[in-house]
Amino acid sequence: MDLNLDAPHSMGTTIIGVTYDGGVVLGADSRTSTGMYVANRASDKITQLTDNVYLCRSGSAADSQIVSDYVRYFLQQHTIQLGQPATVKVAANLIRLLSYNNKNMLQTGLIVGGWDKYEGGKIYGVPLGGTILEQPFAIGGSGSSYLYGFFDQAWREGMSKDEAEKLVVKAVSLAIARDGASGGVVRTVIINSEGVTRNFYPGDTLPLWHEELEPQNSLLDTLSLNSPEPMST
Amino acid sequence: MVVVKRFVLQVHRKSDMSKAVVDLPPKGGFSFDLCRRNEMLISKGVHPPSFRKTGTTIVGLVFKDGVILGADTRATEGPIVCDKNCEKIHYIAPNIYCCGAGTAADTEAVTDMVSSQLQLHRYHTGRESRVITALTLLKSHLFSYQGYVSAALVLGGVDITGPHLHTIYPHGSTDTLPFATMGSGSLAAMAVFESKFREGLTREEGIELVCEAICSGIFNDLGSGSNVDVCVITKGHKEYLRNHQMPNPRTYVSSKGYTFPKGLTEVLTTKITPLKEKVEVIEGNDAMEE
Repeated sequence: MDLNLDAPHSMGTTIIGVTYDGGVVLGADSRTSTGMYVANRASDKITQLTDNVYLCRSGSAADSQIVSDYVRYFLQQHTIQLGQPATVKVAANLIRLLSYNNKNMLQTGLIVGGWDKYEGGKIYGVPLGGTILEQPFAIGGSGSSYLYGFFDQAWREGMSKDEAEKLVVKAVSLAIARDGASGGVVRTVIINSEGVTRNFYPGDTLPLWHEELEPQNSLLDTLSLNSPEPMST
Repeated sequence: MVVVKRFVLQVHRKSDMSKAVVDLPPKGGFSFDLCRRNEMLISKGVHPPSFRKTGTTIVGLVFKDGVILGADTRATEGPIVCDKNCEKIHYIAPNIYCCGAGTAADTEAVTDMVSSQLQLHRYHTGRESRVITALTLLKSHLFSYQGYVSAALVLGGVDITGPHLHTIYPHGSTDTLPFATMGSGSLAAMAVFESKFREGLTREEGIELVCEAICSGIFNDLGSGSNVDVCVITKGHKEYLRNHQMPNPRTYVSSKGYTFPKGLTEVLTTKITPLKEKVEVIEGNDAMEE
């Protein structure tokens, strides 16, 4: 049993950010792992940067916490100096500057999402290396590998708030079902002009997928009633 | 009149190479004899002792009125128990305590450092310290050392904003939880917590659960052992219950005691090197005056 409890904490993770008509929905699982041990099964990977901008963290737990603390501090100063709430673009760029300039030391993939009065709801992805990419939806973390095809099919422009949130919850629960490093509960944060709403979906309320479904009787049982007599010579 | 005493050492020096016995180091400079000895030992397969670690089971939980921290008391140096009753619950502030797992020197040093920084901060602000302040100081320090300061901590306390419990990992990441375990015995202790913890425990229930979790670590983890220390922190009051439970008493104690009569240890050689005292009296110089 190679249980190295001194291994750095990584958030295996599935993180998602989706824009909808009027705002954004951010979603994440809640598993923090140290090697093969789950160090925290109920962590909160969606952290607040300002009243209107939130950040989804993945990768090294320590690196992403420190980056978010620095950016929160810079944004607080920026808000005071600017005299109005910071925009999502500024927040994302501050994240990007720290990630890019320290790319050798940091190992963290981040999704910045929020709402401001100039651009409305926006999602910016800042993956490993420090690229910044404005996207209508963004996925990240180890569980995101299982969601690329799902989003290609399921995402569409101009969804409502409830549709977007349902999409996010479904996507995170699909990733949790397939990715060992993601698990626990699904947390979502909805940001729009009215404010911020946090939701929480415990693991047992999520739909079951694939191998977790109840076993069903085989269809062959119904077919055999109508099948012809076996051939006899 | 000043009296000066000078001790003169009689030095025996054997110049014969076959014996190569040097009683005292050669005059001046460094002596690297021990380095040569260490290299010789390593080449023969005798390794130096590893860092003193606290193998450890440490836990914390939030109960109705505050926070309870618990720890075992075994400190190990590799496979050897070097301290059977060490203290792993460190003082940070009157209302904040911290359990430490990992390298003992690192946990001691980092908690002492933050404790003194917080005291200065208290003088500066005139207010009771907050747990989140201790958390930020600890996590920034650990992060800047990129995990080389091997300290895994369970930080708990009650301040003006309420009871708080945090875990801090050597790389600088933190978690805020209602119950937490760390150290090599953390899996055993977490199993107990996961089955028996609930919100709003009373003080007695909380202490019992903490003791049960630590005992689970003590008996099932080789790196943890000896006694259970508990610390209960509530608003305005703290209780440090050192050795609250001692489930590993020393059972085989000889009632006659141990005697070591003279002559039990065989003397191989005796060498006496007398130190000659030479006293010199120097005339003149006025006596010291006020």
